[in-house]
Formats: sequence, C-alpha cells, structure tokens
Amino acid sequence: MPEPMPDLRVRNFAGAISSPNPFWLASAPPTNTGEMIARAFDAGWGGAVWKTIGEPITNVSSRYSSIDWMGDRMMGFNNIELISDRTVDENLREMAEVKKRYPHNAVIASLMVASNREAWHEIVTRAEDAGADGLELNFGCPHGMSERGMGSAVGQVPEYTELITSWVKEKARTPVLVKLTPNISDIRSVARAAKRGGADGLSAINTINSITGIDLDTFVPRPNVDGKSSHGGYCGPAVKPIALNMVQQIMADSEAALPLSGIGGIADWRDAAEFILLGCGTVQVCTAVMHYGYRIVEDMVEGLENWMRSKGFNSLDDFRGLSVQRVTEWKHLNLNYKIVARIDEQKCIGCDLCHIACWDGAHQCIHLDRVSGPVDGHIEQHAIPAAKEAESRASLAFTPVTRRERAVDPAEHGPYPTPLARIPRVDETECVGCNLCACVCPVDGCITMVRVDKGVAPETWDGRTKGAQCVTQPQNH
Amino acid sequence: MSTATIPDDPQLRERFTEIKPPLTAQAAVIEADRCLNCFDAPCTAACPTHIDVPGFIKRIATGNLRGSAVRILDANILGASCARVCPVDVLCEGACVMHRQNRKPIQIALLQRHAMDAFDASGELPPLLNSMGAPGPASGIWDSTKLRVACIGAGPASLACAAELRRRGARATVLERRALPGGLNTYGVAEYKLRAAESLREVEMIRRMGVEFRFGIEVDSASALSQLESEFDFVFLGVGLGAMQRLGIPGEESAGVMNALELIASYKTGHLREIRGTVVVVGAGNTAIDAANAARRLGADTVYLLYRRSESDIGAFNFEYEHAKQEGVQFLWRRQPLAVRPDAHGRLLLETIQVRQVDRALLPIPDSHYTIACDLLVPAIGQSPLAQLLEQLRGVKVRDGRIEADALTGRTANPRYFAAGDCVNGGREVVDAVAGGKRAALAMLNAAEVAAHA
Repeated sequence: MPEPMPDLRVRNFAGAISSPNPFWLASAPPTNTGEMIARAFDAGWGGAVWKTIGEPITNVSSRYSSIDWMGDRMMGFNNIELISDRTVDENLREMAEVKKRYPHNAVIASLMVASNREAWHEIVTRAEDAGADGLELNFGCPHGMSERGMGSAVGQVPEYTELITSWVKEKARTPVLVKLTPNISDIRSVARAAKRGGADGLSAINTINSITGIDLDTFVPRPNVDGKSSHGGYCGPAVKPIALNMVQQIMADSEAALPLSGIGGIADWRDAAEFILLGCGTVQVCTAVMHYGYRIVEDMVEGLENWMRSKGFNSLDDFRGLSVQRVTEWKHLNLNYKIVARIDEQKCIGCDLCHIACWDGAHQCIHLDRVSGPVDGHIEQHAIPAAKEAESRASLAFTPVTRRERAVDPAEHGPYPTPLARIPRVDETECVGCNLCACVCPVDGCITMVRVDKGVAPETWDGRTKGAQCVTQPQNH
Repeated sequence: MSTATIPDDPQLRERFTEIKPPLTAQAAVIEADRCLNCFDAPCTAACPTHIDVPGFIKRIATGNLRGSAVRILDANILGASCARVCPVDVLCEGACVMHRQNRKPIQIALLQRHAMDAFDASGELPPLLNSMGAPGPASGIWDSTKLRVACIGAGPASLACAAELRRRGARATVLERRALPGGLNTYGVAEYKLRAAESLREVEMIRRMGVEFRFGIEVDSASALSQLESEFDFVFLGVGLGAMQRLGIPGEESAGVMNALELIASYKTGHLREIRGTVVVVGAGNTAIDAANAARRLGADTVYLLYRRSESDIGAFNFEYEHAKQEGVQFLWRRQPLAVRPDAHGRLLLETIQVRQVDRALLPIPDSHYTIACDLLVPAIGQSPLAQLLEQLRGVKVRDGRIEADALTGRTANPRYFAAGDCVNGGREVVDAVAGGKRAALAMLNAAEVAAHA
C-alpha cells in the first residue's frame, strides 16, 4: 500500500475560512472577474481574494514595470494600478455566482471604501450577502488610493487601522483579515492595532513603495504615463526576503500574532513552505501568476505534498510555525559556533570566483597556491589578485596546432578534473566562516561550510555582557 | 589605400554562406549573461593576445558595446577577423570552465563578433594610448612620434604591429607586394568564415588610424634594404611563409594543377567562380580542408582528400575534419601520389599507390597502384619559407626556413630588425601573428625610448 498523500486542506483559518489547499490568489489583476476566478479554481487554486471592491476608479496606461536580472524577466515587479474599475454590483453579482459554483473554495472579498463608519458597514453587509467567506481590509495599497485617504494612508496609522477594523467588526459575520502595508518603520505597530480592533487574521505584506527604474534615453521613470511616472507597489521574487522578515516579526510578537495569510514573492511550493514554517496559515500569490498563468498551482500543490511526505508531515499544522522561534535577536547567537569553507576538488570547475570574492569581499583566506605551495601566515605574504592576473596576462600563449601541443600534461594538470593551479585552497586558520564563497560558487555542493568543533561552550553576546549563562537554542522542533 | 577592390559576387556569397551567423542583439545579451566572469579567466589565458574575455562579455551584458569593443581592440586590433577565424575550440572556448560543469562553453567568438560589428557600424576608431598604455594622446617622458617603422607584408602580424605603434604615437608604414592588404585574412581564409571584403574593412580601420600603406612594393634587393634602413628606424618582418611546397612528382607542371592557397585566393578575389568534375586535394592540414570544401562549394561533383598517413595523423583540427565530412569531401587514407599526366580529353590521370605505415616510415604495398581521373589536382602540403628575401637581410638568423626571433620581443639577431607571425613560428593562426606583431611593436617602442635616453 502506498502511503497516503498529506492533507493540504485549510480548516477554519481565522476562525471560519476553509479551502482545499493553502494556495490563494492575492487581491490583484488575476482575481479581477468571476470568470477569471472560476478558471483559477478549475486550475487548482484553493482560494481567491477578489480584486479590491470599492467605488470604481479610472486607471492609467501604462501600469506595470519590472526589473530583469541576468536575462531573467520580472525578478521584481511594480504596478500603479488601482482597485477594481468595475462597479460594486457587478463584482458582487459575479462573486455570488462563483461561490455557488465553487462552494468549497475560499472566496474572500477585499474591500476599500472611504474612511467612514457607514460606508464600511454597507460594503461589509453587501459582500457577506454575496457569499464571501471572509473579508480582507485593504489598508495596504501604496499608490493612488492612499492619496485619497484610503489604502496605506490607513495602514500607516495604527489608530486609523484599529478604528476602521472595529467598525467592520461591528457588522461582520465572517472572519476579518487586515492586509498590512510594509511601508512603515515597524509592521508590528499596525498588526497590533488590527488585533486590538478585533481582526480575526492578517494578510502580509502588501507591495513596497518603489520606482523600478528610469529610461536612460527619455529620463522618465517606468512605468511611463505620458512622460511622467508615479511611485508604485513593488512585488515579485525580489521582495520575498522582506516579506519573510515581516511575517516572522508579526508571528513572534504575542500582541500582534494572528492567523496570517503570507504574501510577498511566492512563486513556488518552496516559497510557500517557508512562509508556512514562519507561521502562515495560507499563502497568496500574484506576480508569478501574472507571469506564467494559473497553471503554476499544479506544481505548488504537488511539490508541497511531496515535500511534506518526505518530511513525514501529514497536515499543514504539522510544520506551521516551526521556524518562528529559530529567528532570534543577534545578541542571542552563539559566538563560539565556528564553521569553515571546504572546497570539493572533484567538483571545482576552476572559475576562482571564491578566491576573488574572499579577497575583495571578505577575509583574504582563499588562495591559488596549490602548485606554488601554501604560504600560511599573514595575508600579505600572498600575491594579491591583481598581481596574479598581471602574471597571466604577461605569459606567452600560442595556438596548439599539432596533436602533441594539444595534449594535456597529466603531471601539470593534477589529479582532479580542473587543473590543480586553478583549484583554490582555503586557509582554515584565517577563514571566518562567513559563507560568501559558498554563495558565489556556481557549482552545487562544491563549497560546503563545515563545523569545526573547538570544544568551547556556547556563549552569546548577551551572556557575555551580562555575565549570564548562554540560553541554548532549541535543537529540534 | 590600394585602388584594387574585390567585386561583390552574389553567387560567391550564396555558395559560401557564413557557417557561423551573427547573434541577434538579445541572443548576445542572453549568452553574455551566462558567462560566470571567472577570476583570471582561463579563456583569457588561452588567448595568444590575452583578450580580457569576461571583461568584454560583461560589457555586452550591460549594453556598453563601445566599451566592449575597445576592450577587445586594446588586446587584439584584428578582433573582428579573429572572431571569425580563430580555432576557438582549442583556444578560449576550449578553456571555458563550463565544460567541466557539463554545460556548453560560452560562445566567445560570436560575442566578440557582436561587439566588433557594432563598433564597425559606429565608424569609430580605437582610442589612442599614451606611453603608459592608457587611453589619451601620446605624451609623456619621450616623444614617440619621432619613431618610424616599416612593416614588410600587410598580413596580420604587420597590421597588428603597425596599429600598436600608431596607437602609441609612432609612425608606421606597411609595405605590401600584392595589390590588396590583409595577407591570408584577405587571400587565404575560407570565405564562409571570413569574407575578403570584411578583412579589407578591418584594414581600412587601421589605415584610418594613420598607418601608411604602400602596395606593389617588393623588397628583394640589397638596395631596397638600404633604402628602407635610411627611411625607417626599425624594420618589422611580417612576411609570412612563401609558396606552397611542391609534390615533387612527374607531371606537376601540367595544366590543372593548382596549389591550395592559389585556389583559395582565386575564388576569393573572383577569378575562379566554378569548378566542375572531380578534384583531388593532396594533404590533410587545415588549408587542405579549406581547399577541399571550397572545391565542393564551387561545384565539384567529387572531391577526394588524399593523405599518405591515416585519419589519426591529420594536421587539421577535429572540427575542420568534421566540417569537411559534412561538406561531402571523401577521404583516401594511406595513399601516395606517384605521377600525374594529362589524358586525351583534357583531364588529369593521377597515379597513386597504397602505403602502409611502419613506425613513422611509409612502405608501398605492392600491386596497389590505382589511377584517379580528375579535373583538378590541388597540392596542399604545407608552405616553404620565403628564404630568398631573408638571405639578404643582414645578420638576421634563419633556421629551418624560419626567422629566429625572441618570442617575447620579436627581436632578431639584428637590432634594427624585428619579426613575428608565420615567418617566425612556421605557420600558426591569425591570433598568434597579432600577438607577435603587438609584442614587437612594444619592444621597438621600448628600444627607441632606451636609445632616446642614452
């Protein structure tokens, strides 16, 4: 009998929202209409947060711009699109139809109206009457709407956040999620305010204020709207580390922590697993879908299932939040934990990027002296990289035109696939274990960081300065 | 510049379409992004001119195309032709670390061509260098503009030498006996790799840098040498190799026998547009392959490449051999020509015999005579040195037909004569000639500076 696949179902998130899997579409262009959301559910998405509903707006063109990286498109993505440009009636009528056709998928109504109690009461009632499983208060939109006193204009002021959340809670019968803006010095202050206002859950993060770039011919930043641009909301893979940090901050703070729907650069199941490890109950995706379409959810579901299976997790709850406590303040890190870089000579391809990175960006302890013989001791005894380069530029090279000239001399080449002279050596006595070489090495598993046990008891900065005992970090979850 | 030109021939262009077409702008950036930017890169070390390969490639990735081209030209003034003719499999691309990660090596040659094509289209010239090697007008401790150098031969070695001298302020004059400059780049490279017109375009850039060219000049007498010595401070010998060696068999003077370099030069300059029937090329070096492929493309039905040794002994690069097979060239191994004679119908009858190899010796196999009827016989068994000229050079030492010159400086036994390229190395690649010519230029500048301070 094959083992049963893990259960990806989300049950009673924020009290009462359930979905077949934790993968939701974020409130954004991919959830603009009922027809789109129906196709997304058919493709396998567990839930969808409807493109923010409110008084219809007028958009500009163009609306998007992106950052490419080394030939890959959309490492970072930016938009100046506003909330739904369709009427509340139209959106809610379609929502009712979607909910009827897909009763098991989560449909969340993202809402944004003027900051008065009656307006919020009215929109909450109408959305719930249309069948919304929950409400997401858009206090995060960083462009356009904030100029009108909505979106991040609310989310940047804890008092407003608390107040409007409490108005919504006066009416709401379904769970209320507050979507947080990252454009604030400490996201916890607003998260706490939402919690005080009675929110049942949070969504984080919304997009980050950005100017993605400037056209070097016209000097107009992108996206160009008739010769001018406006700051937009940044998202995509580039923002994931920022989102993870904010998610961790919220979940580690008892005054802020609530059921959390993680957002920010999630493009595959690995990203999703990371957000869940930091405590998220569901995750929301937008940019990756705008790039590749709804179909990406298939691998997200399968990949997460297979990973959970390999780890022995049966449900999302089995691993949710496992990494929250693995983040601590720097002062609690063990100062006596020592690792050094080891280079696998069989895998090294001789690009020597670790050498130059260590010399120019770290601590000058990776050397190209395997043939000349190691020179240990003070770094100044080594030839500097520029001298090494000058030496090879001054050497004579010629085209090997005969077979004999083309033959490799085994004595000079050495025992590894790469000529010995190009395989760097780590001076472990000088290596500070910073990881830089492993980061730059293009070969998987070629440079590993190996623990060197010095037999010294753990010690933290906090402990050292307070003279107190080191708090040992939990080793197992 | 020479008034001679090469007519544009659509038939030639069609039959010799480029084997390596250029990259599109976006493909170039994608390829440039793949480059790891190795430290002290093996590709750079493998290049005889030590082009900063990652340096010019990353400039393509950032869109700094002018900077990329200048980076190439700083190291190799013939960067455009080298991008097309270099045997990169045994040079930069062969050294690429990607091979060891089971990845395709970076297409360095095509990227170099991309940068050079853009530079050519811009009509710019490489910047001048001052005496410290930095861009800027020639200036500094001594006045390099007084230095005058004659470069004999207008092939890659002389062109590189003259250009380097010009970039650093000196005056350089190239003397060529033929009607067109470029040497083998113009007359001897297969047209599907480098068009003669492109070679000439590259030389034109060097002329615009201020190098003087004189054509139809044969330096073949003591008085010619004396005249050179009175006009110039140094003489650079970039004379290349002489005529192709002869087969040394009876009947070699027959009509229908044409050596490989003659064949290549004839079709590239528009004098030979069509070949019919059967062609036999004797030899198995890179030039033999070029000639055999050319014969196929010019219309020959059957092209035999006849070699007295076996497949594993051929001098040609592997990729050239593979290319010839794709062109439909047929190989006859361990077969030696004995004699050639015309038949009654104007064709040639080439008498051959099978040989077997015992150690390095070749022994004829009895009763293995075989006569091949052909329309063209093309000897291509290496080039012999231009010994006659060299004998006239005072004090310049020659050994085995090669001029003896210091590898680092090109200095010969006579302090006023420097030499590099095929006439010194016995016949390598364009990039080797460029490297040698450039080193000689720097050595002459050095010598002149030392003399100025004496």
